[in-house]
Amino acid sequence: MKIMLCPINGPRPVSEFVCAGEVREMPHPPTCSDAQWSDYVFNRSGVPGIKKEWWYHASSGVWFIAERDTTADRLLRTYLLGEESK
Amino acid sequence: MSSRLPPVLGEWIDRSQSLTIRFDGQRYAGHPGDVVSSALWAAGVRVLGRSFKYHRPRGILSLANHDVNTLMTDDAHINLRGDVSPLAEGMDLRAVNTAGGARADRRRLFDKLSAFMPVGFYYKAFHRPKALAHFWERFFRRMAGLGEINVDSPRLYTPKRYDFRDLLVIGAGPSGLAAGLCAAHSGASVLIVEENAQAGGSLGYARGGSDTNHERLEELLAQAKQLPHLEIRTGTCAVGYYADHWIALVEAQRMTTLRARAVIVSTGVMDQPAVFRNNDAPGVMFASAAQRLIYRYAVKPMHRAVVLTANSEGYEAALDLDRHGIGVGAVLDLRPEGESTDLAQRVTSANIRVLKGYGVSEAIARNDRLTGVRIFSVDGQARLPIPNSEVLSCDGLLMSVGFAPAAALLYQAGARMSYSEITHQFYPRELPKGVFAAGRVNGVFDLPYRLEDGKRAAQEAVRYLGFSTQPNPIVPPQRRWPTHPYPIFAHPDGKNFVDFDEDLQLKDFANAAQEGFDNIELMKRYSTVGMGPSQGKHSNMNAIRILANLRGETVDKVGTTTSRPFYHPVALAHLSGRGFHPVRRTPLHSLHAELGAAWMPAGNWQRPEYYARSDQDKNECVRGEVRAVRESLGLIDVGTLGKMDLYGPAAGEFLERVYAGRCANLKVGMTRYGVMLDESGVIIDDGVMARLSDQHFYFTTTTTGSATVYRELTRWNTLWRMDCGIVNLTGAFSAMNLAGPKARDLLAKLTDLDLSHASFPYLGVREAQVADVPCRLLRVGFVGELGYEIHTPAEHAHHLWTALMAAGNALGIRPFGVEAQRLLRLEKGHIIIGQDTDGLTTPLEARMEWAIKMDKPFFVGQRSLRIVAPRQRKQVLVGFTLDKSHSGAVPKECHLIIRGNDIAGRVTSIAFSETLGCHIGLAFIIPELAEEGTAFAIRADAGKMVSAVVAKAPFYDPSAQRQRDY
Repeated sequence: MKIMLCPINGPRPVSEFVCAGEVREMPHPPTCSDAQWSDYVFNRSGVPGIKKEWWYHASSGVWFIAERDTTADRLLRTYLLGEESK
Repeated sequence: MSSRLPPVLGEWIDRSQSLTIRFDGQRYAGHPGDVVSSALWAAGVRVLGRSFKYHRPRGILSLANHDVNTLMTDDAHINLRGDVSPLAEGMDLRAVNTAGGARADRRRLFDKLSAFMPVGFYYKAFHRPKALAHFWERFFRRMAGLGEINVDSPRLYTPKRYDFRDLLVIGAGPSGLAAGLCAAHSGASVLIVEENAQAGGSLGYARGGSDTNHERLEELLAQAKQLPHLEIRTGTCAVGYYADHWIALVEAQRMTTLRARAVIVSTGVMDQPAVFRNNDAPGVMFASAAQRLIYRYAVKPMHRAVVLTANSEGYEAALDLDRHGIGVGAVLDLRPEGESTDLAQRVTSANIRVLKGYGVSEAIARNDRLTGVRIFSVDGQARLPIPNSEVLSCDGLLMSVGFAPAAALLYQAGARMSYSEITHQFYPRELPKGVFAAGRVNGVFDLPYRLEDGKRAAQEAVRYLGFSTQPNPIVPPQRRWPTHPYPIFAHPDGKNFVDFDEDLQLKDFANAAQEGFDNIELMKRYSTVGMGPSQGKHSNMNAIRILANLRGETVDKVGTTTSRPFYHPVALAHLSGRGFHPVRRTPLHSLHAELGAAWMPAGNWQRPEYYARSDQDKNECVRGEVRAVRESLGLIDVGTLGKMDLYGPAAGEFLERVYAGRCANLKVGMTRYGVMLDESGVIIDDGVMARLSDQHFYFTTTTTGSATVYRELTRWNTLWRMDCGIVNLTGAFSAMNLAGPKARDLLAKLTDLDLSHASFPYLGVREAQVADVPCRLLRVGFVGELGYEIHTPAEHAHHLWTALMAAGNALGIRPFGVEAQRLLRLEKGHIIIGQDTDGLTTPLEARMEWAIKMDKPFFVGQRSLRIVAPRQRKQVLVGFTLDKSHSGAVPKECHLIIRGNDIAGRVTSIAFSETLGCHIGLAFIIPELAEEGTAFAIRADAGKMVSAVVAKAPFYDPSAQRQRDY
């Protein structure tokens, strides 16, 4: 079982976590085109590489961002939203 | 005649006790501490098993957990390995894969037929005639395979546990012990695991005729005892490495999964065989196997030996034999230059003949026993057989011609290994973070260097773990390579085995390569080399060398096959066991059980489907429960609903964004139904929100959706940073729905709250004491009657339910289950998310336009609905009824609606309504057929077509008078 690093609770087994997919910027709903919106809703990049994802520590209810290198299967860093630079 | 030696310093056996076992019907004696193979060998048994394919006699090869031709069964265990199974009183063993025992195996005839069983023969023959294919299949299934499963074998308990350490050291040989000691001094918690019954590894048995190594081992173990952070666990095998240092440790009766922060792999090396004719004869064994027999079990491996070697280890073994009175006829050194250390002098002084540049062309066996070896000078270009070559008489041949690192766990951890053309060995070139290799597996062979290498690895590991800031030490490279580059000698008469598991001979590799399987992975699969129980521990290295030789390439270029868990065979019992599937029970579970609940799963929850009565079948029970609700009173546990508190100045605004309907204008003291969508506009959840105060909302979700809804809402608020907080009260609160025309009468007995329609109207919410416990009461109408959903902290649930039931007794109250509720809500046309909707259903298709407010500035899913709203619907949800006189096949949920030859929809819910006297249901249907009164056809079981008519839902009390107006 792999280890995921929760920014609040530290390293924990990955079974305690839920991955909620890539972090994507929501286009502004009233002004974006239908195509832009559909792309946001439906399309995901499956290309291996460095991924920025939403992760959730289910045991404590902490949402955070994880950056993973899916090619090397390596966790690069995790942080709470907005605390990227800390 | 017993081959037991006089007491040997450090022996593992306990001579004060004797054990008796049976093998193939014969009785033998041994001691506690013996393994099966050592006890049988001591008793003079030389044939411990038969080979897989040709049923050739086989004896001890490695005695190191790798002997796969000595598999035995006691009927309770299949495929016990003789070289590692501890002797136990009364064992009754048989060699597997034989007809009539190891010695008398009637299938030994197969050896004479080997010419008809070349590599891959089963791929080519026996396909024709087709009529006989099944006959052959059955035949081969009977012949192939090793032990047979005995379904009556006694049940074994194999508990599992978890463990944690700073550092795990795998292998308690000299380098592992040195590493563990050094690391434990730094303060790290260290576990050393050792697959053998005692620690020490080669320190215990590779003694070179002196006791120095044994004394050193005693010293190391004594030091280890002094260190509280250091544990040595023997009889424990590390069988698999998984991501982030997660290691499976298998003991006789238990599996431990251990999480380490760092791992030192000091697993040593595995002796590799020389390949020559009859190299599998009982009596031909690794030098280390003979040393193990002597020093662990005090068993004389043979009476007269010849040693075939290419390294110092062979000379050491010769000295060990000599010291214990075993005559050594000769040491055959494959190296023309011979041994360069002082071991050569010591062997010569012991009057042992040393033949430099000599090898064995053929082992000669009579009556399943080795009687001699034919030797030849490997220096020349002569081809075997050489006429009149010398035969040395012996009953044992020791092989020590080279090693392969026991690097399976390193491979699994992701280490990169390279082959050195200088040392003729694979060594770890690049190790993953937190994984360290020490000792012989790391290519370090001389004992002082191995101890140093252990310390070096420990220092690197503790530095990695943060226990030390010392710079990593630099260890001088040692210069001794004990592995012969190509100890493989072709013989025209064959029977020179490369893979002892699968009976593969040298020529099989040439044949496989010639047929085009000349890539290592292809060759493995075609020839099955390395696919036997030992997974190539003795065959992969030679197979790679042979293939490199055939292709004229380097070993590094040919490469290795992938190493996967498990490293050693693991009994399925260790892996099986109870799974951890959490089941949630509401606080009222025991009361439901007392009432005779028939349980059904709802997500993780257990819910009463209905309450069984001894004199009624299921349908009668459900009908009775429905009738109680419609006519008097029913009570259902709805504590499985998700229950959330939302508090803060922005609470209303937050709900406005996550529910499709309007929320912010909800008045304090009122409730409202809401649907929740995902970003593609699909319905994911529904529930009731109640406003308890200006800043305080309480809302419910579906039973199965509570965890995901809570999770998603907290994610949204992580993004939006709105001034409100959500608390998941699903487990903390219980809820029950009291429904029926007499609901108010009952409640009035238990509360002081003014229940009159004027002060507590339909869709109102009140906080009050009911039966003296604090409750939140929601006046809802899911089942279509006057009803109160009563929410109370879980600790009061038992009391409240009991009080309601007691007070309702006179009013004819009945508890009702999920089945009755499903029918009741269907009569009202209320949908169940996930049953009447699927992963693509928008509120437009579910015809719930009334529940969405497109004029709001934003809600999740709104933008997607804007896109799909103008489009033609593919399907819409409608109610339907079957004719009152309908008889025969009744459609079921998911049955298809057919128009002409096309699918025109499907049934999502259907049930017989006693109240209405007909079957009612909900269905998705194409818009052309959605008009009320339209007849359509459903294909029921066995293709029966049933006609139905689109009807307006709700079917029952369409004006909702019963729940609303009084």
